[in-house]
Amino acid sequence: MAQGLAINGLCTSFGGLQVARDVTVTLPPGSRTALIGPNGAGKTTFANLITGVLQPSSGTILLDGQDIAGLSEAARVRVGIAKTFQITNLFKDLTVRENLRLPMLERTGLTSRIFCRADKNQEIEAEILQLLTDFKLAPLADRRVRSLAYGQQRLVELALTLALKPKILILDEPAAGVPSTESHLVVEAIKRLPADLSVLIIEHDMQLVFDVADRIIVLVNGAVLMEGRPDEVTADPRVQELYLGGVHA
Amino acid sequence: MSELATRPSVRTAALSLGSIWPVAVVALGAGAAFFLFPYDLAFLTRIVIMMVFVLSFDLILGYAGIATLGHAAMYGCGAYAAGLVALHISPDPLLGLVFGALGGALIAWLSGLVLMRAHGMTLLMISIAVTMVLQEAASKARWLTGGADGLPGVSVSPIFGWFEFDFVGQVAFIYSVCVLVAVLVFCQLVVGSPFGLALKGIKGSPSRMRAIGTPVYRRKVTIYVLAGAIAGIAGALAAQVTGLVGIEVFNFSLSADVMVMLILGGAGRLYGAIIGTLIFMVVHHVAAAIDPFNWLFVIGAMLLVVVFALPQGLISLPDRLIRTFRRT
Repeated sequence: MAQGLAINGLCTSFGGLQVARDVTVTLPPGSRTALIGPNGAGKTTFANLITGVLQPSSGTILLDGQDIAGLSEAARVRVGIAKTFQITNLFKDLTVRENLRLPMLERTGLTSRIFCRADKNQEIEAEILQLLTDFKLAPLADRRVRSLAYGQQRLVELALTLALKPKILILDEPAAGVPSTESHLVVEAIKRLPADLSVLIIEHDMQLVFDVADRIIVLVNGAVLMEGRPDEVTADPRVQELYLGGVHA
Repeated sequence: MSELATRPSVRTAALSLGSIWPVAVVALGAGAAFFLFPYDLAFLTRIVIMMVFVLSFDLILGYAGIATLGHAAMYGCGAYAAGLVALHISPDPLLGLVFGALGGALIAWLSGLVLMRAHGMTLLMISIAVTMVLQEAASKARWLTGGADGLPGVSVSPIFGWFEFDFVGQVAFIYSVCVLVAVLVFCQLVVGSPFGLALKGIKGSPSRMRAIGTPVYRRKVTIYVLAGAIAGIAGALAAQVTGLVGIEVFNFSLSADVMVMLILGGAGRLYGAIIGTLIFMVVHHVAAAIDPFNWLFVIGAMLLVVVFALPQGLISLPDRLIRTFRRT
């Protein structure tokens, strides 16, 4: 039984437009994989297929050997697939602490409870404190997310997804919209992610990709153009043409 | 931290000291009103019943962010359920409340299964339609509801076989206040619970809630049913206290008034519902006595001022004043 995420022959289309063509990718535990490609290559679609926002027309998605292709978005979160959004998607009127509390209550199956207090579960509160410290967010714990700088909101979103204790973490352009003065915070946070977590980063910023990824997948027109170590990928003439020549298949 | 550590688990201390004072204020205020306005108890009782109703609407609009214009559907079903129980099964008032809650919850569940899949304008329209269908049905089913004449002479027995509903309305008022306090305590439990936090999350970002694994639709149906049960209790109270149930319980204006009262007071904080109802009802009462044709003008003007100057509702006025004074 293969550990991690194994995607085999994934296809889907929007009407007549094929946006994923026979995509086969594996994400072993602990891997740091970057998904790059020109605009419209199908990167976000691919992420949506993994998280269950979209359903594939064919192909299998195995997590630790179990087929999860038929599961709903919420059910896939429960088996261990989490993502951050391209534009931060948080509970802006709640405090940082509450933003972290929600995924933990959800993970432990407590959000259907009515006859208890949300903020009185000792284990969860301790876990929140740990996450806040890990991400250096403790001083901001009781601020509303709305009042934080965008880079800090990015960190809250990373912490929030980690609160789900995922096996697979998908980061959709984690540095997008973050001012350059704050982007190092995001990069450092990604580098500190748990070692056994497998991370898929969709990113345009090549500097960030080389900083954190140990493997790169190049996606063009919904198909995998090539896959390899960062140095292999940059040495490939097709990729060079794609990024420097501006003409692609 | 040490205080936190001594608490064993989630199930502890359901109501902390901080959430007791609104209940105390309501109880004290009701007690004061009881002695200050002994000849207006019927009117005061109507206010208290509306408070229960508006509280139930705050749970769905203020906390879960579900905007509907058909909250009278649950109120009306509760009223008919309580009336029918009193006429055909038992005159016991508490049994009537139970059936009122069940009636409200049932219609909320049946309609909620469809409504909670809709959003925005669609949701507003379908919720209005549900109430209109119910009103039409109540009007046509003369054999059951008495049609446009309503249920004839609903009367209830003494509470616990002891406290008889009197002419002045003292018992009715105290009874309604007790129900209001119980509902307020229950609502505080709900909004402080993990389920309540999930509702705030759904209001903030449904897509993020799905991405942390929450069955958003199921949570919305649950709160709609809970709010429906409370609205049903309000309807049942009204039926028992006035002794009348007519098809006006499904009037569109009732659903709209509830929304106005909540926005006026401030949505999403429970006591906003209480303040908003109190002010709306009193202004309505006083303005309608002065000018029976143009009283709506006063309410309209108040709503405009609140929406533009105090979007958080009148309940935020003290905060706003303090901040303004600090700045100067």
